[in-house]
Amino acid sequence: MDKLWLIIKREYLNKVRNRTFIVMTFVSPVIFVAVALLIGWLTSINSDTARKIAVLDQTDANYVALFETNDRNEYIVLDGLSKEAAIAASKEADYYGLILIEAREQQLADISFYSDDSPSQGFLESIENKINKQATANNLEDAGIDLNVIKERTVNKELQLQDFTGEKTSKMSGWIKIAAGGAAGYLLMMFIIIYGNMVMRSVIEEKTNRIIEIIVSSVKPIYLMIGKITGTSLAGITQFLIWVVVGFILMLVATTFLGVDAFSNPANADVMLQAQDMSKMELIFNDIAQLPILKLLICFFIYFMGGYFLYASIYTAIGAAVDNETDTQQFMLPVILPLMLAIYVGFFSVMDNPHGTTAVIFSYIPLTSPIVMLMRIPFGEIAWWEIAISMLLLYVSIIGVAILAAKIYRIGILMYGKKTNWKELYKWLRY
Amino acid sequence: MGNALEAIRIKKDYGDYTALNDVSITVPKGSVYGLLGPNGAGKTSLIRIINQITMPDQGYILLNGEQLKPRHIEDIGYMPEERGLYKSMKVGEQCIYLAQLKGLTKTQAKERLNYWFERLGIEGWWNKKLQELSKGMAQKVQFIVTVMHEPSLLIFDEPFSGFDPMNANLIKDEILKLRDDGATIIFSTHRMESVEEMCDHIALIHKSNLVLEGKLSEIKQQYRDRNYAVSLICENNDLAFQQIPAEFDPQPIALSGLDNTLDFQIKIPNEVAVPIALNRLLKLGELTHFSEVIPSVNDIFIKTVQQHG
Repeated sequence: MDKLWLIIKREYLNKVRNRTFIVMTFVSPVIFVAVALLIGWLTSINSDTARKIAVLDQTDANYVALFETNDRNEYIVLDGLSKEAAIAASKEADYYGLILIEAREQQLADISFYSDDSPSQGFLESIENKINKQATANNLEDAGIDLNVIKERTVNKELQLQDFTGEKTSKMSGWIKIAAGGAAGYLLMMFIIIYGNMVMRSVIEEKTNRIIEIIVSSVKPIYLMIGKITGTSLAGITQFLIWVVVGFILMLVATTFLGVDAFSNPANADVMLQAQDMSKMELIFNDIAQLPILKLLICFFIYFMGGYFLYASIYTAIGAAVDNETDTQQFMLPVILPLMLAIYVGFFSVMDNPHGTTAVIFSYIPLTSPIVMLMRIPFGEIAWWEIAISMLLLYVSIIGVAILAAKIYRIGILMYGKKTNWKELYKWLRY
Repeated sequence: MGNALEAIRIKKDYGDYTALNDVSITVPKGSVYGLLGPNGAGKTSLIRIINQITMPDQGYILLNGEQLKPRHIEDIGYMPEERGLYKSMKVGEQCIYLAQLKGLTKTQAKERLNYWFERLGIEGWWNKKLQELSKGMAQKVQFIVTVMHEPSLLIFDEPFSGFDPMNANLIKDEILKLRDDGATIIFSTHRMESVEEMCDHIALIHKSNLVLEGKLSEIKQQYRDRNYAVSLICENNDLAFQQIPAEFDPQPIALSGLDNTLDFQIKIPNEVAVPIALNRLLKLGELTHFSEVIPSVNDIFIKTVQQHG
């Protein structure tokens, strides 16, 4: 046991003192913040330059009045031009687009948008809505209906989202859950790949250094394997914690001194603005607070360790089976495949229906369960026994996989200069 | 004196391949024991079993008369043929780590390492990374790592391969000193000069089987073949050579003696007594040299391997 501790300590210190580790740990958050700031800055200059959009209204209803120039869009009213002439003029002036409101028999007939770009759905819908709303109003007026009456009698109730316990949520809540689940799942995958690779490289290093024989003449290979995986995982957790702390501090500093709201992204900004009244903002914060944060954190840690140990065992076996890193390629697919599958199932099936058959099944399969279950958890209502079964399956399979990996490891580390293939590995399992 | 190590009827299979087939060896305490054999004979497999790196399929090992147990790794020092240390780790730190794995405390390890570093003249290298060391230096570190926990049994797999002659000599002297201090040494090698020079017991493994084992002097006694080297000063060397009785099967050889001597080797048939043979040679000229040719380990090695196909 003392020796296991020694190995864990050495592996940990070796990883943590490594120059690459130090650089990665402290430079990554800086890069992350820099990128966030860059995006924030780019977004702000992006909206500085207004798009020029021509408007040709062939009706008498004065729809052009609907299009007021703002920060984003500058509207140029074309008058008395034919359709063809307007298109040609817009093209020549290199306008972003042309809104064409055609009339037939003094009535609104067709509305079209000409552009070489692909305008966003939201932008097109807003044009549509503006014109349709005005046209409807005009029609109603023509029919002698008092608009004020309609306005007064129009009912526009918003659907209040609540869960069965009566807790109110905002419509944002789905997005928040997706973001929380997606971030957790993605982080887990990255961690497994980065640190799994690290363990594998360290196994290969010991093999190519030939120190392995000295070590295994002092300790059992299984201790070395467990020590290596554990030491490396502790280094990973250290790095992760440093990132969280440093990233948080940097974000705080950046937002305070530079005045750029790096936390908001353009997609959310609109929604945020719409949700101006405090009650909605409160609901969003309430949503975040309503996420099963403690449950998520605990599960994150348990799945983190479980998923990492499972994959790290496989990585260790691969490292032991080869002589150098380039030889690992042929064994990589079975490692990467379930991880990718889990992420895709997470982003498509779980987001679509967290309780669907696919989502549930994949949250039980040990190779995918850490990621898929983590992505399911923010949606709540995952019974504790579901999580318990999934974790139990995961940890039981870790034991199984670790035993198999140890068998391969035990033999592989003492095999030099032999190209290993799947058949060979199977043979080793039976020694 | 008892036996430092006994391997009893060791059998080890790797799949269909038998690496060791019913191999038994006995290593007396305080001996320098040469484990010989062509490449792939099974030497390393046996050594790995002694080091408990792998387990035998059948048979067992006794260390100082006790069944080999995990705690015995502290009594064994092993320098594998494929040598290496952590390249990016500092020398001192690395040695302490490896010493701790062998069961020393940190303080003990430091004390002994200081002694050895000074003894081999590498005390200034404590805080250097291994990759900054020359090959010779690294080899010294490797040796220290093998012996620092003062094991009673030291196993060297091809100890001199890769060492420069200076270091090889230094290491040889250190090994003999450790033997004098009471350690038992097992050498695995196919370099016969070093066996001749250092070993007092040998075992020959060939194609997974033990084909020869025992005290070197006794084995040589066994392999004595009534071969003698002779030098004569004659008037006419060619004529004299023709006059050597054909039953002696004379073969010309080169002996370092005077110029113009007739040097040759003979094999005296069993039915001819040595003094009689000597008498017959004396008639051919002035005899300046007559000595028995003791088979070298190399001869024995080749002969035995050939015998066993």
